[in-house]
Order: sequence, then C-alpha cells, then structure tokens
Amino acid sequence: MADKPFRLLPRLSDRNRHFWQGGEHGELRFLRCEPCRSFIHPPQPVCPDCLGKQLAPAAVSGRATVLTFTLNHQPWVPSPDHPYCIAIVEIEEQRGLRLMTNIVHCPAERVSIGMPVQVVFEKHEDVWIPLFEPREDPA
Amino acid sequence: MTEGLARRACITGAAQSQVGRRLGRDPLELTLDACIAAIEDAGLSRQDIDGLATYPGNVGTPRGFSGAGISEVHDALRLELDWFDGGPEQPGQLGAVINACMAVATGVVKHVLVFRSVWEGTAQGKGGRQGLGLPGEEGGSGRAPRMSGMMEFTLPFRSYSAANWIAMSAQRHFYEYGTTREQLAQIALNARSNAALNPKAIYREPMSLDDYLSARMISTPFCLYDCDVPVDGATAVVVSSTEAARDCRKPALWVESVGSALRGRPSWDQFDDLTTMALRDAGAMLWERTDLKPADVDVAELYDGFSFIALAWLEALGFCGKGEGGAFVEGGARIARNGELPLNTHGGQLSAGRLHGYGFLHEACVQLWGEGGERQVPGDPRVAVAAAGGGPLGGCLLLRRD
Repeated sequence: MADKPFRLLPRLSDRNRHFWQGGEHGELRFLRCEPCRSFIHPPQPVCPDCLGKQLAPAAVSGRATVLTFTLNHQPWVPSPDHPYCIAIVEIEEQRGLRLMTNIVHCPAERVSIGMPVQVVFEKHEDVWIPLFEPREDPA
Repeated sequence: MTEGLARRACITGAAQSQVGRRLGRDPLELTLDACIAAIEDAGLSRQDIDGLATYPGNVGTPRGFSGAGISEVHDALRLELDWFDGGPEQPGQLGAVINACMAVATGVVKHVLVFRSVWEGTAQGKGGRQGLGLPGEEGGSGRAPRMSGMMEFTLPFRSYSAANWIAMSAQRHFYEYGTTREQLAQIALNARSNAALNPKAIYREPMSLDDYLSARMISTPFCLYDCDVPVDGATAVVVSSTEAARDCRKPALWVESVGSALRGRPSWDQFDDLTTMALRDAGAMLWERTDLKPADVDVAELYDGFSFIALAWLEALGFCGKGEGGAFVEGGARIARNGELPLNTHGGQLSAGRLHGYGFLHEACVQLWGEGGERQVPGDPRVAVAAAGGGPLGGCLLLRRD
C-alpha cells in the first residue's frame, strides 16, 4: 500500500512470533515470567531474573511514554515522509520495559520526551509492526 | 587498586597507510602497507611477530567495513604465529588491542601485530552513506532479507544507522542536562581545527559555528558535521611484552590500564543509561586499575564516530562530571591543542576520517612519541587516553611513556 513506508521485516520464529503477530489481535505482547510476573524484551528462553523457563506471552495495555527520539532526515531509503520519527518508548506496565519504534500520526516536530503514546500496528506481509501514536487521555 | 596491566604490555610501533575518501586501492594492500610500516616502526622484522589480532575480522557486511581478516594478513606476510585472534564481539574496536595486551602480559607471545582496515569510502561510492541491512537501491519489502538478532528490533523501525541510535542518546542527554547543539558543535569545530595541521586528514578547510549550524540535518540533533567521514585506510600497531620491548627502537608506550567493562545490557536501546552508553563502564574500569588520575592525562584521543560520543567519553573517563560534557567543551578552549585537555589532535574521525577507532590509538602514540609535527601538543606529553566505540561498544587504553 502506498501509505506504508518500506520496512525491513523480522525473521519469525517460535521465540518472537507473539511479539510480531500480536497486532493481528490488536495486542502488544511480551514474554512474561509467570513466577516473577516480569515482562522480558527482547524475548529469550529464560527469565533474566530467576533463570526459570515458565515464560508465556502476555498482552500489555499498549500505553507507553517516549524516553527519547530522533527525527530522521537522511534518505537511507527514498520515501516522501522525511523526516520521520524514531523513538525508544517505555511501556507503562514495567519500568525499563522498552522498545525502539516509530511515532506516527503526529507531525514529527511535535514529538517530545515524556510524551504519552499508545500502540498502533502497521501490517506488512505476516508481520504487525508495533508503532505508537500520541495518546490524548491523561496518563 | 586492582592489579592491572601496568608495565606488562606496551606499544612499540604504530603506522597508518594512505588514507583517503575513495582510493580505489586493494584493501588488503592498504592493510599490509600499515602492517609492514608498524613492524618497521618498532624496529622489528616480521620474523619477530608471533601474534596477530584484529577487529572485526573478515566480515563481508557492511561492505567496506573490513579490509582484511587474520588469515589474509597471516598468509600474505607468511607469519609464523603462536597466537592469533580476530572477531567482532569485543569491547569495542580496540578490543583487539586489549586482547593483544593480555596475550603478551601472560607470556603467550612476545610481539603482536594488531591491525584494523576499512574501505568504506570506496565501497559506498558516490551514493552517500549506506543504511544497515538494506539490499541496495532496488530493494523492496519482497526482496530484502529478513532480520534477526540485534537488527530484528532496530531495522524494522526504519533506524538504518548508528546515526539514529546515537542521536537518541544525544537527545536524551540534551533533555536531562540541557546540552545544546552549540556545545556539541565544539567537538566538530575542534576536530576541524586540528585537522588543518594533519596532512592526512580528509577535511582541512576551516569550519565556523555558522557552517555547522546551517548544515543539513541527518538525524536530530545531529547534522552532517556530527557524523564521521567514511574513508579507505588501515592502521597497525605492535604490542610487545616488557621483556621483548627491549629489542625495539622506540621508547615503550606502556599500557597502564585498559577499560573493557560492559556491566549493563549489551544493546543500543536496552542499556540502562542511554546518556552514557557502555562507555560508562569501560571508562570507570580504566581508573580502577591505576594510580593515575584523569588530571594526569596530557592528551585525549576519544572516538567521535558521532560528535556526541566524544562528549560522552569525556564524562565516562571522568574528565568532567556526568552530564557536564556540554559545559566542559563550551567555547572549545579547554579541548584545543593548547588547552587543558587537548582532544582529537589529528582531527578525529569527523575530519581525519573513519579509521574506526584506530586513528585515535595511532594519534595517541604519535603524540607520546613527539612525532606530531605541526600538530604536536606542547609540554612533552607523557600520558594519553585512546578510546573507541559508542552504544554497547566501548574500550579504552591508558598509555604512558617514561
């Protein structure tokens, strides 16, 4: 579709499919350690806290805060939407649970650190890329 | 003090090949030029070399990132080796030098030839700096290879370059500490000013603050002049044991201590403190294993693949407090060649070219040997820091001449 930019896509595996395909159900999913109740990202086979293997994907609210960002002007790939915003966001459910993403549906110049955002998904082939847009409701 | 490497490893020779934007020369030839010259600089012959080390080894991508691996140099010089090591998973680019220090300090070998070569200038051609993971200009969703490993969680978000990742560290630093583009500019302006006196530097014409501020943006807050310049070129040094150094012709540059620590997550985006990156740990470790203090350093050669990284190294190495890097470099006088802490006296990677960490080590050696010519810092420098890497890569060396 013309309104979607080119994206390199992840190679899917049993370890990461919950993350990249959760968007099919409108859910941002992370691995969670059942005993510790802590979310883990990127996914790995053992809990980094207890080293246990009782891990299962669990959905989060998709609410997050912008930790930092950059407006990319350099045309690594030709696209009409420069500059676009790359950000690192922290997920509301857990301090330190963060991911790199893009801030969308917002003029790039309006993005700021601390801005509340909400996940949206952009489908490419069999992958739902988790992106974030400004969140209007108070955090 | 934890016992470090003090007086058990030293640098006895250093050399650099021709360096240029697009030389179009065989990268192995450039590598061998540097290697042969470094052996000669140490007053040795290749029969004396019993160890060989490099970063990142013979890797094919990104194109131009590596001009030669261990085996090619080993074979071309017909070396007889007792130990060799090359690979990308090290504490920054200088990890290969740190490995070499340990190899001589433990008595495994006597003289290790360490090299790093790049040909990114020629490889990237006239098309400008390339993004990571991209299959070429004709690439598209259907044709590009799928990403795994570290790139899985960065490249799908259109962040094709360390320029994007380090820019986010800089942006966070600006937010937490009030750092400004005018302050960051001093890293680039200082480098340019020093490059004017380095005949091998790439960009030698003067640059003003206005030039800097009016340059096109790459990835905010970075403009063009916050990003280093890809080149072709190779650097080599000889690392020798205490005993073996006596056979060499130049004064030994003792590796007083090294910083190789990475105590947080090895990741561009998951490391706990985005404003310090891994440099925090490598810098701290350097001072944990020596009686020297930051105030003893006469010259600092600190990685500036992006301007902000040099500022972060200044903080990580304790030349100023955390968050104070912007104020430290403000106005540029303190880091000038005749200032309190001469910084990147060859022009850094920003103006002298992206020799990927090894230009800093080479320049530290040049300055300690008093071979800087026009750009030699005053006062007979005895102690230098060479540091390389940004993001999750960080490694540094404290060098001392008696």
